[in-house]
Amino acid sequence: MIAVSVRVSLNYGEECIFDDFRLNLESGRLICLLGKSGSGKSTLLRFIAGLISSNFATGSATASDNSPLNGRIAWMAQQDLLLPWLKVIDNVMIGSLLRGENGKEQVDLARHLLAKVELNGADERYPHELSGGMRQRVALARTLIEDRPVNLLDEPFSGLDATTRYQLQDLACTMLSKRTTLLVTHDPLEAVRMADSIYVLSGRPATVAQRIDPPGSPPRQLSDVNVSIAYADLMNQLVHPESVGNVA
Amino acid sequence: MWLKSIVIIVGLVAIWQVIVWITGAPPFIVPAPFEVATALVANFGLIGFHAAVTIVEIIAGLILGCAIGIGSAWLILQFQPVRAWFLPILVASQALPVFAIAPVLMLWLGFGMASKIAMATLIIYFPVTAALYDGLRNTDAGWIDMARIMGASKHTVLKFIRLPAALPSFGSGLRIAAAVAPIGAVVGEWVGSSSGLGYLMLHANARSQIDLMFAALIVLAGFAVLLYFGIDLLIKKTVFWQTETTLEAS
Repeated sequence: MIAVSVRVSLNYGEECIFDDFRLNLESGRLICLLGKSGSGKSTLLRFIAGLISSNFATGSATASDNSPLNGRIAWMAQQDLLLPWLKVIDNVMIGSLLRGENGKEQVDLARHLLAKVELNGADERYPHELSGGMRQRVALARTLIEDRPVNLLDEPFSGLDATTRYQLQDLACTMLSKRTTLLVTHDPLEAVRMADSIYVLSGRPATVAQRIDPPGSPPRQLSDVNVSIAYADLMNQLVHPESVGNVA
Repeated sequence: MWLKSIVIIVGLVAIWQVIVWITGAPPFIVPAPFEVATALVANFGLIGFHAAVTIVEIIAGLILGCAIGIGSAWLILQFQPVRAWFLPILVASQALPVFAIAPVLMLWLGFGMASKIAMATLIIYFPVTAALYDGLRNTDAGWIDMARIMGASKHTVLKFIRLPAALPSFGSGLRIAAAVAPIGAVVGEWVGSSSGLGYLMLHANARSQIDLMFAALIVLAGFAVLLYFGIDLLIKKTVFWQTETTLEAS
Protein backbone atom coordinates (compact mmCIF):
# COMPACT_ATOMS: atom_id res chain seq x y z
CA MET A 1 0.00 0.00 0.00
CA ILE A 2 1.14 3.51 -0.75
CA ALA A 3 0.39 6.98 0.50
CA VAL A 4 0.28 9.95 -1.84
CA SER A 5 1.26 13.49 -1.06
CA VAL A 6 -0.10 16.20 -3.28
CA ARG A 7 1.15 19.73 -3.65
CA VAL A 8 -0.34 21.97 -6.29
CA SER A 9 -0.75 25.52 -7.55
CA LEU A 10 -3.24 25.92 -10.31
CA ASN A 11 -4.54 28.84 -12.35
CA TYR A 12 -7.22 29.03 -14.98
CA GLY A 13 -6.69 32.33 -16.73
CA GLU A 14 -6.61 35.07 -14.13
CA GLU A 15 -8.27 32.94 -11.52
CA CYS A 16 -6.20 31.12 -8.94
CA ILE A 17 -7.90 27.86 -7.97
CA PHE A 18 -5.13 26.46 -5.78
CA ASP A 19 -2.18 28.29 -4.27
CA ASP A 20 0.37 25.83 -2.93
CA PHE A 21 -2.42 23.54 -1.77
CA ARG A 22 -1.34 20.39 0.08
CA LEU A 23 -3.13 17.16 0.73
CA ASN A 24 -2.01 13.77 1.97
CA LEU A 25 -3.74 10.57 0.97
CA GLU A 26 -2.99 8.21 3.78
CA SER A 27 -2.11 4.66 3.02
CA GLY A 28 -5.11 2.32 2.99
CA ARG A 29 -7.60 4.99 4.03
CA LEU A 30 -10.51 6.66 2.33
CA ILE A 31 -10.05 10.41 2.34
CA CYS A 32 -13.00 12.54 1.35
CA LEU A 33 -12.76 16.01 -0.10
CA LEU A 34 -16.05 17.77 0.53
CA GLY A 35 -16.94 21.04 -1.14
CA LYS A 36 -19.60 22.91 -3.06
CA SER A 37 -19.79 22.70 -6.83
CA GLY A 38 -17.05 24.81 -8.34
CA SER A 39 -14.77 24.58 -5.31
CA GLY A 40 -12.05 22.94 -7.39
CA LYS A 41 -12.27 19.46 -5.91
CA SER A 42 -12.72 17.68 -9.23
CA THR A 43 -9.86 19.68 -10.65
CA LEU A 44 -7.64 18.42 -7.86
CA LEU A 45 -8.60 14.86 -8.66
CA ARG A 46 -7.79 15.39 -12.31
CA PHE A 47 -4.44 16.85 -11.33
CA ILE A 48 -3.55 13.76 -9.29
CA ALA A 49 -4.60 11.58 -12.22
CA GLY A 50 -2.20 13.50 -14.46
CA LEU A 51 -4.95 14.85 -16.68
CA ILE A 52 -4.14 18.54 -16.27
CA SER A 53 -1.63 20.13 -18.56
CA SER A 54 1.43 21.68 -16.94
CA ASN A 55 0.40 24.94 -18.61
CA PHE A 56 -2.21 25.35 -15.89
CA ALA A 57 -0.77 23.56 -12.90
CA THR A 58 2.53 23.33 -11.09
CA GLY A 59 3.26 20.95 -8.29
CA SER A 60 3.36 17.23 -7.88
CA ALA A 61 1.53 14.17 -6.72
CA THR A 62 4.11 11.76 -5.37
CA ALA A 63 3.80 8.26 -4.01
CA SER A 64 5.38 7.28 -0.69
CA ASP A 65 7.54 4.65 -2.43
CA ASN A 66 8.95 7.29 -4.81
CA SER A 67 7.84 5.39 -7.91
CA PRO A 68 5.71 7.26 -10.44
CA LEU A 69 1.95 7.22 -9.88
CA ASN A 70 1.43 6.67 -13.58
CA GLY A 71 -0.36 3.37 -14.17
CA ARG A 72 -1.19 2.89 -10.50
CA ILE A 73 -4.44 4.84 -10.43
CA ALA A 74 -8.01 3.71 -10.98
CA TRP A 75 -10.65 6.31 -11.67
CA MET A 76 -14.38 6.41 -11.30
CA ALA A 77 -16.35 9.41 -12.48
CA GLN A 78 -19.84 10.80 -12.07
CA GLN A 79 -20.73 9.57 -15.55
CA ASP A 80 -20.50 5.82 -15.83
CA LEU A 81 -18.41 6.21 -19.04
CA LEU A 82 -19.54 2.81 -20.27
CA LEU A 83 -18.98 2.27 -23.98
CA PRO A 84 -22.44 1.64 -25.46
CA TRP A 85 -21.10 -0.62 -28.24
CA LEU A 86 -19.50 -3.06 -25.83
CA LYS A 87 -21.21 -5.71 -23.73
CA VAL A 88 -21.14 -5.29 -19.97
CA ILE A 89 -18.38 -7.88 -19.58
CA ASP A 90 -16.17 -6.12 -22.16
CA ASN A 91 -16.86 -2.79 -20.50
CA VAL A 92 -15.57 -4.22 -17.24
CA MET A 93 -12.43 -5.46 -19.02
CA ILE A 94 -11.92 -2.31 -21.11
CA GLY A 95 -8.68 -1.50 -19.30
CA SER A 96 -6.94 -4.63 -20.52
CA LEU A 97 -8.42 -4.19 -24.01
CA LEU A 98 -7.08 -0.64 -24.14
CA ARG A 99 -3.65 -1.73 -22.99
CA GLY A 100 -3.63 -4.38 -25.71
CA GLU A 101 -3.40 -7.20 -23.20
CA ASN A 102 -4.95 -10.59 -23.73
CA GLY A 103 -8.18 -10.21 -21.81
CA LYS A 104 -8.95 -13.95 -21.75
CA GLU A 105 -7.65 -14.53 -18.22
CA GLN A 106 -9.65 -11.59 -16.99
CA VAL A 107 -13.04 -12.97 -18.02
CA ASP A 108 -13.48 -15.05 -14.87
CA LEU A 109 -12.40 -12.19 -12.65
CA ALA A 110 -14.77 -9.83 -14.46
CA ARG A 111 -17.68 -12.26 -13.93
CA HIS A 112 -16.73 -12.60 -10.29
CA LEU A 113 -16.68 -8.84 -9.78
CA LEU A 114 -19.99 -8.41 -11.60
CA ALA A 115 -21.48 -10.90 -9.16
CA LYS A 116 -19.93 -8.94 -6.28
CA VAL A 117 -21.64 -5.75 -7.43
CA GLU A 118 -24.88 -7.75 -7.64
CA LEU A 119 -25.09 -7.90 -11.41
CA ASN A 120 -25.27 -11.65 -11.95
CA GLY A 121 -26.26 -12.58 -15.48
CA ALA A 122 -25.81 -9.11 -16.94
CA ASP A 123 -22.50 -10.01 -18.65
CA GLU A 124 -23.87 -10.27 -22.16
CA ARG A 125 -26.19 -7.27 -21.99
CA TYR A 126 -25.48 -3.84 -23.41
CA PRO A 127 -25.29 -0.65 -21.33
CA HIS A 128 -28.43 0.85 -22.90
CA GLU A 129 -30.41 -2.07 -21.51
CA LEU A 130 -29.42 -1.22 -17.93
CA SER A 131 -30.71 1.31 -15.43
CA GLY A 132 -28.52 4.16 -14.19
CA GLY A 133 -27.80 2.33 -10.94
CA MET A 134 -26.83 -0.86 -12.75
CA ARG A 135 -24.57 1.06 -15.10
CA GLN A 136 -22.76 2.66 -12.19
CA ARG A 137 -22.34 -0.80 -10.65
CA VAL A 138 -20.63 -1.87 -13.87
CA ALA A 139 -18.42 1.22 -13.58
CA LEU A 140 -17.53 0.17 -10.03
CA ALA A 141 -16.61 -3.32 -11.22
CA ARG A 142 -14.49 -1.75 -13.98
CA THR A 143 -12.70 0.35 -11.35
CA LEU A 144 -12.12 -2.68 -9.10
CA ILE A 145 -10.78 -4.97 -11.82
CA GLU A 146 -7.99 -2.49 -12.46
CA ASP A 147 -6.80 -3.40 -8.94
CA ARG A 148 -4.78 -0.21 -8.41
CA PRO A 149 -3.24 0.92 -5.14
CA VAL A 150 -4.71 4.41 -5.57
CA ASN A 151 -8.38 4.97 -6.34
CA LEU A 152 -9.88 8.32 -7.29
CA LEU A 153 -13.64 8.69 -7.11
CA ASP A 154 -15.16 11.82 -8.61
CA GLU A 155 -18.72 12.20 -7.28
CA PRO A 156 -19.39 8.65 -8.40
CA PHE A 157 -22.95 8.39 -7.07
CA SER A 158 -24.28 11.91 -7.46
CA GLY A 159 -26.40 11.04 -10.50
CA LEU A 160 -28.27 8.23 -8.78
CA ASP A 161 -31.52 8.11 -6.85
CA ALA A 162 -31.33 8.10 -3.05
CA THR A 163 -31.87 4.36 -2.55
CA THR A 164 -29.43 3.24 -5.22
CA ARG A 165 -26.88 5.75 -3.99
CA TYR A 166 -27.18 4.36 -0.46
CA GLN A 167 -26.65 0.78 -1.63
CA LEU A 168 -23.71 1.69 -3.84
CA GLN A 169 -22.03 3.64 -1.04
CA ASP A 170 -22.11 0.51 1.13
CA LEU A 171 -20.83 -1.62 -1.71
CA ALA A 172 -18.02 0.74 -2.70
CA CYS A 173 -16.89 1.14 0.91
CA THR A 174 -16.63 -2.60 1.38
CA MET A 175 -14.87 -3.22 -1.91
CA LEU A 176 -12.42 -0.33 -1.58
CA SER A 177 -11.57 -0.78 2.10
CA LYS A 178 -7.84 -0.95 2.80
CA ARG A 179 -7.06 0.88 -0.44
CA THR A 180 -5.71 4.39 -0.65
CA THR A 181 -8.75 6.25 -1.92
CA LEU A 182 -9.70 9.86 -2.55
CA LEU A 183 -13.41 10.53 -2.79
CA VAL A 184 -14.62 13.87 -4.01
CA THR A 185 -18.22 14.80 -3.26
CA HIS A 186 -20.59 17.66 -2.55
CA ASP A 187 -22.85 15.44 -0.45
CA PRO A 188 -22.05 15.72 3.30
CA LEU A 189 -23.99 12.55 4.04
CA GLU A 190 -21.94 10.59 1.53
CA ALA A 191 -18.78 11.95 3.13
CA VAL A 192 -19.91 10.95 6.62
CA ARG A 193 -20.96 7.48 5.55
CA MET A 194 -17.91 6.60 3.49
CA ALA A 195 -14.83 8.48 4.68
CA ASP A 196 -12.14 7.71 7.22
CA SER A 197 -11.25 11.41 7.16
CA ILE A 198 -13.12 14.36 5.70
CA TYR A 199 -11.58 17.60 4.50
CA VAL A 200 -13.90 20.51 3.85
CA LEU A 201 -12.74 22.58 0.93
CA SER A 202 -13.74 26.24 0.56
CA GLY A 203 -12.67 29.65 -0.66
CA ARG A 204 -10.69 30.81 -3.66
CA PRO A 205 -7.88 29.92 -3.79
CA ALA A 206 -9.25 26.82 -2.14
CA THR A 207 -8.14 25.87 1.34
CA VAL A 208 -9.07 23.10 3.72
CA ALA A 209 -11.21 24.63 6.45
CA GLN A 210 -11.26 21.61 8.71
CA ARG A 211 -10.46 17.94 9.00
CA ILE A 212 -13.05 15.69 10.57
CA ASP A 213 -12.55 12.03 11.47
CA PRO A 214 -16.03 10.69 12.18
CA PRO A 215 -16.10 7.97 14.85
CA GLY A 216 -16.74 4.36 13.85
CA SER A 217 -15.74 2.68 10.64
CA PRO A 218 -17.28 3.11 7.21
CA PRO A 219 -19.77 2.39 5.76
CA ARG A 220 -21.59 4.09 8.62
CA GLN A 221 -25.30 3.48 8.89
CA LEU A 222 -27.93 6.17 9.28
CA SER A 223 -29.07 4.61 12.55
CA ASP A 224 -25.70 5.65 14.00
CA VAL A 225 -26.22 8.84 16.06
CA ASN A 226 -22.71 10.03 15.24
CA VAL A 227 -23.66 10.14 11.58
CA SER A 228 -26.39 12.71 12.13
CA ILE A 229 -24.16 14.80 14.39
CA ALA A 230 -21.31 14.84 11.88
CA TYR A 231 -23.75 15.44 9.02
CA ALA A 232 -25.24 18.48 10.75
CA ASP A 233 -21.78 19.80 11.53
CA LEU A 234 -20.57 19.42 7.93
CA MET A 235 -23.71 20.95 6.49
CA ASN A 236 -23.26 23.93 8.78
CA GLN A 237 -19.70 24.38 7.56
CA LEU A 238 -20.76 24.24 3.91
CA VAL A 239 -23.52 26.78 4.45
CA HIS A 240 -21.50 29.13 6.73
CA PRO A 241 -17.86 28.59 5.82
CA GLU A 242 -16.86 31.95 7.40
CA SER A 243 -17.87 30.77 10.89
CA VAL A 244 -15.17 28.10 10.93
CA GLY A 245 -11.55 28.84 11.70
CA ASN A 246 -9.05 28.08 8.97
CA VAL A 247 -6.74 25.34 10.21
CA ALA A 248 -4.68 24.79 7.09
CA MET B 1 -43.68 0.00 -42.78
CA TRP B 2 -44.73 -2.04 -45.84
CA LEU B 3 -48.34 -1.03 -45.50
CA LYS B 4 -47.31 2.60 -45.28
CA SER B 5 -45.17 2.31 -48.44
CA ILE B 6 -48.05 0.76 -50.35
CA VAL B 7 -50.48 3.44 -49.19
CA ILE B 8 -48.03 6.19 -50.22
CA ILE B 9 -47.45 4.68 -53.67
CA VAL B 10 -51.14 4.04 -54.34
CA GLY B 11 -51.98 7.54 -53.12
CA LEU B 12 -49.41 9.22 -55.37
CA VAL B 13 -50.54 7.23 -58.40
CA ALA B 14 -54.16 8.16 -57.66
CA ILE B 15 -53.31 11.88 -57.43
CA TRP B 16 -51.36 11.58 -60.66
CA GLN B 17 -54.32 9.95 -62.42
CA VAL B 18 -56.71 12.59 -61.07
CA ILE B 19 -54.44 15.38 -62.36
CA VAL B 20 -54.41 13.78 -65.81
CA TRP B 21 -58.24 13.57 -65.79
CA ILE B 22 -58.81 17.09 -64.53
CA THR B 23 -56.30 18.86 -66.77
CA GLY B 24 -56.95 16.63 -69.72
CA ALA B 25 -53.25 16.86 -70.55
CA PRO B 26 -52.29 14.97 -73.68
CA PRO B 27 -50.01 11.89 -73.25
CA PHE B 28 -47.00 13.75 -74.71
CA ILE B 29 -47.18 16.23 -71.79
CA VAL B 30 -48.32 14.09 -68.85
CA PRO B 31 -48.91 10.42 -69.62
CA ALA B 32 -51.39 8.61 -67.37
CA PRO B 33 -50.06 6.02 -64.90
CA PHE B 34 -51.40 3.16 -67.01
CA GLU B 35 -49.57 4.36 -70.13
CA VAL B 36 -46.34 4.64 -68.17
CA ALA B 37 -46.84 1.16 -66.75
CA THR B 38 -47.39 -0.15 -70.27
CA ALA B 39 -44.21 1.57 -71.44
CA LEU B 40 -42.35 0.08 -68.51
CA VAL B 41 -43.45 -3.44 -69.37
CA ALA B 42 -42.97 -3.02 -73.12
CA ASN B 43 -39.44 -1.63 -72.68
CA PHE B 44 -38.49 -3.83 -69.76
CA GLY B 45 -35.24 -5.05 -71.31
CA LEU B 46 -34.20 -1.61 -72.48
CA ILE B 47 -34.92 0.08 -69.15
CA GLY B 48 -33.33 -2.81 -67.27
CA PHE B 49 -30.10 -2.47 -69.23
CA HIS B 50 -29.85 1.28 -68.69
CA ALA B 51 -30.88 0.98 -65.04
CA ALA B 52 -28.11 -1.57 -64.46
CA VAL B 53 -25.57 0.88 -65.84
CA THR B 54 -26.77 3.68 -63.57
CA ILE B 55 -26.98 1.43 -60.51
CA VAL B 56 -23.41 0.21 -61.03
CA GLU B 57 -22.27 3.83 -61.35
CA ILE B 58 -24.06 4.84 -58.16
CA ILE B 59 -22.83 1.86 -56.10
CA ALA B 60 -19.25 2.21 -57.39
CA GLY B 61 -19.39 5.94 -56.63
CA LEU B 62 -20.63 5.24 -53.12
CA ILE B 63 -17.90 2.71 -52.41
CA LEU B 64 -15.17 4.86 -53.87
CA GLY B 65 -16.42 8.05 -52.25
CA CYS B 66 -16.64 6.34 -48.85
CA ALA B 67 -13.20 4.79 -49.20
CA ILE B 68 -11.57 8.09 -50.13
CA GLY B 69 -13.65 9.91 -47.51
CA ILE B 70 -12.60 7.50 -44.75
CA GLY B 71 -8.98 7.79 -45.83
CA SER B 72 -9.13 11.58 -45.85
CA ALA B 73 -10.79 11.81 -42.44
CA TRP B 74 -8.16 9.47 -40.98
CA LEU B 75 -5.38 11.49 -42.57
CA ILE B 76 -6.68 14.79 -41.21
CA LEU B 77 -7.08 13.27 -37.76
CA GLN B 78 -3.65 11.64 -37.66
CA PHE B 79 -1.73 14.59 -38.99
CA GLN B 80 -3.31 17.75 -37.69
CA PRO B 81 -1.04 20.00 -39.83
CA VAL B 82 -2.54 18.34 -42.92
CA ARG B 83 -5.86 19.82 -41.95
CA ALA B 84 -4.90 23.40 -42.81
CA TRP B 85 -3.85 22.30 -46.31
CA PHE B 86 -6.59 19.82 -46.86
CA LEU B 87 -9.64 21.71 -45.72
CA PRO B 88 -9.63 24.30 -48.56
CA ILE B 89 -9.51 21.46 -51.09
CA LEU B 90 -12.34 19.73 -49.30
CA VAL B 91 -14.49 22.84 -49.27
CA ALA B 92 -13.65 23.65 -52.90
CA SER B 93 -14.67 20.14 -53.92
CA GLN B 94 -18.09 20.98 -52.53
CA ALA B 95 -18.37 24.64 -53.51
CA LEU B 96 -17.88 23.87 -57.20
CA PRO B 97 -21.19 22.49 -58.46
CA VAL B 98 -20.72 19.04 -59.99
CA PHE B 99 -22.60 20.37 -63.02
CA ALA B 100 -19.70 22.73 -63.60
CA ILE B 101 -17.04 20.03 -63.47
CA ALA B 102 -19.00 17.46 -65.43
CA PRO B 103 -17.78 18.54 -68.90
CA VAL B 104 -14.17 18.46 -67.71
CA LEU B 105 -14.62 14.97 -66.29
CA MET B 106 -16.12 13.84 -69.62
CA LEU B 107 -13.10 15.26 -71.38
CA TRP B 108 -10.64 13.48 -69.12
CA LEU B 109 -12.41 10.22 -68.34
CA GLY B 110 -14.46 9.73 -71.46
CA PHE B 111 -18.11 9.02 -72.16
CA GLY B 112 -18.14 5.69 -70.37
CA MET B 113 -18.89 4.80 -66.78
CA ALA B 114 -15.65 6.17 -65.32
CA SER B 115 -16.70 9.81 -65.56
CA LYS B 116 -20.11 9.10 -63.95
CA ILE B 117 -18.51 7.13 -61.13
CA ALA B 118 -16.17 10.08 -60.64
CA MET B 119 -19.17 12.42 -60.46
CA ALA B 120 -20.96 10.30 -57.87
CA THR B 121 -17.72 9.94 -55.90
CA LEU B 122 -17.13 13.66 -55.95
CA ILE B 123 -20.65 14.55 -54.82
CA ILE B 124 -20.57 12.25 -51.78
CA TYR B 125 -16.95 12.79 -50.83
CA PHE B 126 -17.59 15.93 -48.79
CA PRO B 127 -20.52 14.77 -46.63
CA VAL B 128 -18.78 11.47 -45.86
CA THR B 129 -15.43 13.04 -44.98
CA ALA B 130 -16.88 15.89 -42.95
CA ALA B 131 -19.25 13.64 -41.00
CA LEU B 132 -16.62 11.05 -40.17
CA TYR B 133 -14.03 13.64 -39.23
CA ASP B 134 -16.49 15.39 -36.94
CA GLY B 135 -17.38 12.07 -35.37
CA LEU B 136 -13.75 11.08 -34.79
CA ARG B 137 -12.91 14.45 -33.35
CA ASN B 138 -15.82 14.93 -30.97
CA THR B 139 -15.27 11.88 -28.83
CA ASP B 140 -16.56 12.28 -25.26
CA ALA B 141 -13.67 13.73 -23.26
CA GLY B 142 -14.56 11.47 -20.31
CA TRP B 143 -13.81 8.36 -22.37
CA ILE B 144 -10.48 9.75 -23.47
CA ASP B 145 -9.55 10.66 -19.86
CA MET B 146 -10.49 7.19 -18.71
CA ALA B 147 -8.43 5.60 -21.47
CA ARG B 148 -5.41 7.75 -20.61
CA ILE B 149 -5.55 6.75 -16.95
CA MET B 150 -5.83 3.11 -17.97
CA GLY B 151 -2.66 3.42 -20.03
CA ALA B 152 -4.21 3.08 -23.48
CA SER B 153 -2.25 3.61 -26.68
CA LYS B 154 -3.32 5.96 -29.47
CA HIS B 155 -4.07 2.93 -31.61
CA THR B 156 -6.34 1.15 -29.11
CA VAL B 157 -8.18 4.39 -28.32
CA LEU B 158 -8.92 4.72 -32.04
CA LYS B 159 -10.02 1.10 -32.30
CA PHE B 160 -12.13 0.74 -29.18
CA ILE B 161 -13.35 4.29 -28.60
CA ARG B 162 -12.92 6.86 -31.37
CA LEU B 163 -14.01 4.74 -34.33
CA PRO B 164 -17.14 3.22 -32.78
CA ALA B 165 -18.02 6.58 -31.25
CA ALA B 166 -17.82 8.14 -34.72
CA LEU B 167 -20.18 5.60 -36.30
CA PRO B 168 -23.45 7.49 -35.66
CA SER B 169 -21.98 10.63 -37.20
CA PHE B 170 -20.52 8.65 -40.11
CA GLY B 171 -23.97 7.11 -40.57
CA SER B 172 -25.49 10.57 -41.02
CA GLY B 173 -22.93 11.35 -43.71
CA LEU B 174 -23.65 8.03 -45.39
CA ARG B 175 -27.40 8.73 -45.44
CA ILE B 176 -26.77 12.04 -47.22
CA ALA B 177 -24.39 10.25 -49.59
CA ALA B 178 -27.05 7.67 -50.45
CA ALA B 179 -29.51 10.44 -51.21
CA VAL B 180 -27.20 12.50 -53.45
CA ALA B 181 -25.12 9.83 -55.20
CA PRO B 182 -27.83 9.26 -57.89
CA ILE B 183 -27.69 13.00 -58.70
CA GLY B 184 -24.00 12.72 -59.52
CA ALA B 185 -24.48 9.72 -61.78
CA VAL B 186 -27.52 11.09 -63.65
CA VAL B 187 -26.03 14.53 -64.18
CA GLY B 188 -22.97 12.80 -65.59
CA GLU B 189 -25.15 10.88 -67.98
CA TRP B 190 -26.93 14.02 -69.11
CA VAL B 191 -23.71 15.77 -69.95
CA GLY B 192 -22.50 13.00 -72.16
CA SER B 193 -23.04 9.27 -72.34
CA SER B 194 -24.37 6.43 -74.44
CA SER B 195 -26.09 4.49 -71.70
CA GLY B 196 -27.74 4.85 -68.28
CA LEU B 197 -31.15 6.06 -67.12
CA GLY B 198 -30.13 9.71 -67.53
CA TYR B 199 -29.21 9.03 -71.16
CA LEU B 200 -32.45 7.09 -71.71
CA MET B 201 -34.53 9.96 -70.32
CA LEU B 202 -32.87 12.58 -72.53
CA HIS B 203 -33.16 10.31 -75.53
CA ALA B 204 -36.84 9.52 -74.91
CA ASN B 205 -37.60 13.18 -74.29
CA ALA B 206 -36.00 14.21 -77.56
CA ARG B 207 -38.16 11.69 -79.41
CA SER B 208 -41.32 12.65 -77.49
CA GLN B 209 -41.53 9.22 -75.88
CA ILE B 210 -42.73 10.84 -72.69
CA ASP B 211 -44.20 7.59 -71.33
CA LEU B 212 -40.78 5.93 -71.63
CA MET B 213 -39.15 8.93 -69.98
CA PHE B 214 -41.56 8.68 -67.06
CA ALA B 215 -40.97 4.95 -66.80
CA ALA B 216 -37.19 5.53 -66.55
CA LEU B 217 -37.78 8.28 -64.01
CA ILE B 218 -39.88 5.98 -61.85
CA VAL B 219 -37.27 3.22 -61.92
CA LEU B 220 -34.61 5.76 -60.90
CA ALA B 221 -36.77 7.12 -58.07
CA GLY B 222 -37.58 3.58 -56.90
CA PHE B 223 -33.93 2.61 -56.81
CA ALA B 224 -32.95 5.82 -54.99
CA VAL B 225 -35.57 5.17 -52.31
CA LEU B 226 -34.51 1.51 -51.93
CA LEU B 227 -30.87 2.53 -51.67
CA TYR B 228 -31.61 5.13 -49.02
CA PHE B 229 -33.71 2.88 -46.84
CA GLY B 230 -31.31 -0.04 -47.32
CA ILE B 231 -28.41 2.06 -46.06
CA ASP B 232 -30.57 3.52 -43.30
CA LEU B 233 -31.41 -0.01 -42.11
CA LEU B 234 -27.75 -1.03 -42.27
CA ILE B 235 -26.77 1.99 -40.15
CA LYS B 236 -29.51 1.31 -37.60
CA LYS B 237 -28.36 -2.30 -37.26
CA THR B 238 -24.73 -1.23 -36.85
CA VAL B 239 -25.37 1.64 -34.47
CA PHE B 240 -27.79 -0.43 -32.41
CA TRP B 241 -27.09 1.49 -29.20
CA GLN B 242 -28.38 4.78 -30.50
CA THR B 243 -31.87 5.44 -29.27
CA GLU B 244 -34.07 7.83 -31.14
CA THR B 245 -35.75 10.60 -29.24
CA THR B 246 -38.88 12.29 -30.42
CA LEU B 247 -40.26 15.69 -29.63
CA GLU B 248 -43.22 14.09 -27.86
CA ALA B 249 -40.89 12.34 -25.41
CA SER B 250 -39.20 15.47 -24.18
